[in-house]
Amino acid sequence: MAEVLVYVDHVDGAVRKPTLELLTLARRVGEPVAVALGNGAGDTAAALAEHGAVKVLTHEAAEYADYLVVPKVDALQAAVEAVSPAAVLVPSSAEGKEIAARLALRLGSGVITDAVDLEAGDEGPVATQSVFAAAFTTKSRVSKGTPVITVKPNSAAVEAAPAAGAVEALSVSFSAQATGTKVTSRTPRESTGRPELTEAAIVVSGGRGVNGAENFAIIEALADSLGAAVGASRAAVDAGWYPHTNQVGQTGKSVSPQLYIASGISGAIQHRAGMQTSKTIVAINKDAEAPIFDLVDYGVVGDLFDVVPQLTEEVKTRKG
Amino acid sequence: MSLRIVVTVKYVPDATGDRHFADDLTVDRDDVDGLLSELDEYAVEQALQISENSDDDVEITVLTVGPEDAKDALRKALSMGADKAIHVEDDDLHGTDAIGTSLVLAKAIEKAGYDLVVSGMASTDGTMGVVPALLAERLGVPQVTLLSEVSVEDGTVKGRRDGDSATEQLEASLPAVVSVTDQSGEARYPSFKGIMAAKKKPVQSWDLSDLDIDEDEVGLENAYTTVDSATERPARTAGTIVKDEGEGGKQLAAFLAERKFV
Ligand SMILES: Cc1cc2nc3c(=O)[nH]c(=O)nc-3n(C[C@H](O)[C@H](O)[C@H](O)COP(=O)(O)OP(=O)(O)OC[C@H]3O[C@@H](n4cnc5c(N)ncnc54)[C@H](O)[C@@H]3O)c2cc1C
Ligand SMILES: Cc1cc2nc3c(=O)[nH]c(=O)nc-3n(C[C@H](O)[C@H](O)[C@H](O)COP(=O)(O)OP(=O)(O)OC[C@H]3O[C@@H](n4cnc5c(N)ncnc54)[C@H](O)[C@@H]3O)c2cc1C
Repeated sequence: MAEVLVYVDHVDGAVRKPTLELLTLARRVGEPVAVALGNGAGDTAAALAEHGAVKVLTHEAAEYADYLVVPKVDALQAAVEAVSPAAVLVPSSAEGKEIAARLALRLGSGVITDAVDLEAGDEGPVATQSVFAAAFTTKSRVSKGTPVITVKPNSAAVEAAPAAGAVEALSVSFSAQATGTKVTSRTPRESTGRPELTEAAIVVSGGRGVNGAENFAIIEALADSLGAAVGASRAAVDAGWYPHTNQVGQTGKSVSPQLYIASGISGAIQHRAGMQTSKTIVAINKDAEAPIFDLVDYGVVGDLFDVVPQLTEEVKTRKG
Repeated sequence: MSLRIVVTVKYVPDATGDRHFADDLTVDRDDVDGLLSELDEYAVEQALQISENSDDDVEITVLTVGPEDAKDALRKALSMGADKAIHVEDDDLHGTDAIGTSLVLAKAIEKAGYDLVVSGMASTDGTMGVVPALLAERLGVPQVTLLSEVSVEDGTVKGRRDGDSATEQLEASLPAVVSVTDQSGEARYPSFKGIMAAKKKPVQSWDLSDLDIDEDEVGLENAYTTVDSATERPARTAGTIVKDEGEGGKQLAAFLAERKFV
């Protein structure tokens, strides 16, 4: 069977969930060969093997952390040359998309970004995309070269599928461009202890209706009662009530959880672009005419300051 | 010293309109009003600020690849304060994908001459967020992308990139390609004076032959990606909506329990 390269997103050897999802999708189109780069690359092998990687190509070098994007493109290109895969799959983060695009260009291939599903087709992998703020679903293919496709988080279930996961060192020589953009400092984001926004099964979001940074505590309390991540609308972020990294929408994160709860959010098209593919949508808004209600499975017309704390209490009681 | 900035701007269908696909599965541009992609306004704004903060002689050129109407996007950018514009227009460009678009933009940027390219973080239609990286690859210059803060001094561009897991400070020598996010600072509104002045600013039109690009390198037929189908997402079935009369939170909890979230 043809091999499929999967780019591994990991933090010091801890593989992030979207990569494990990619291994599930990769098995539909071939045999997954994972490529893990940078500090801790070798430590990823066990998790990758458990989820179907037949081989794990690793390379550690300071360049991956010290310079932006290009060293990773160089390494993936080396992996493609070593393996001649049927496709290359990359998690759809901002960086993942840039890596994928530059790789495709070097390979003389096309690139598809933000796939939400992937299947084998007669002419190569067929990607499903959700476009125009999720108003349309398209099926597309890369029609020239080795398909390079980025896949959004939560696009597939993580499935265990034990495989050999044999670790092999990848040999990489960096291009002249590799050291072009220096990372002069890096400040890791402090962990909140809550699930990662794009990976969470439940997201609880607050908007302008939350009316103040301190009031986000009630959104957080609901999130914690459900084991959820916290999101925010751009209006709440622009007001400085919540960090931009938690923004959901076109210029924030796009999320596709099992459950999305919007409180005090009107549902503007740019917000919908980031959450419309959530499986179950719930909204709390005091305006019965708010467009968010067009999307919901369940909506409460009411003041979030009454409804959200009551909901939180009830969830806690039910969970015991 | 002089600094030549090229700002890429895309003409897109209004996101608040009824966007849909044409029969050939490209974006229908006839039924929905077009405008300068809002995310490119941030790019124009940052170029203007770089210019205002610079002791050098700065010239800002805005560049678009798009149909006849895309001139509207150029006019808007000129009225914000850019100096001149380039419009790449050719019937053979219809249906060009990201790889092809980046070729046309890169050739035009080279022909125009540049020290710095400034783009938006993504377009509001394709929303791929890949074109700036593709331009850097094609031009063989550093990419300093997704910046929420940017500055240029002594031939060096610096910026802050707020990533998923960390905030990074980046630095590269010019020439370089920069993209800026909507966190980089509100874009200014064109003033009346700006709008009047824009009418007199030069807009150059180039076609594929001006850029030495063969027609078989671009367009729908030659794209590197093929769209096989586009279907409208079925309307969500109407959900249950209750008015809170004191029990709204409890009712919602019951719904969540029914769906096994609690
Ligand atoms: C290029 C571009 C990109 C954008 N990207 C994004 C993006 O990524 N994400 C995003 O969210 N937006 C984005 N926006 C902004 C978007 O258009 C909206 O302005 C924004 O989503 C509005 O946020 P909101 O719903 O919180 O605020 P509003 O629209 O002001 O809505 C607040 C809602 O809260 C309700 N409310 C008020 N008080 C209460 C209360 N006590 N209890 C219950 N309900 C209450 C009100 O009825 C109202 O419906 C973008 C815009 C542009 C132009
Ligand atoms: C819904 C949809 C999905 C698509 N999916 C794919 C896909 O998977 N693969 C693919 O190859 N193509 C795809 N395309 C086509 C692609 O969007 C266009 O080729 C496009 O010009 C480049 O991608 P983008 O607009 O997404 O750019 P982005 O990478 O999101 O744009 C970033 C910046 O690049 C600049 N820019 C982009 N296009 C132009 C332009 N024409 N003129 C001037 N500046 C520009 C702007 O500054 C913009 O802010 C898709 C188009 C649509 C409408």
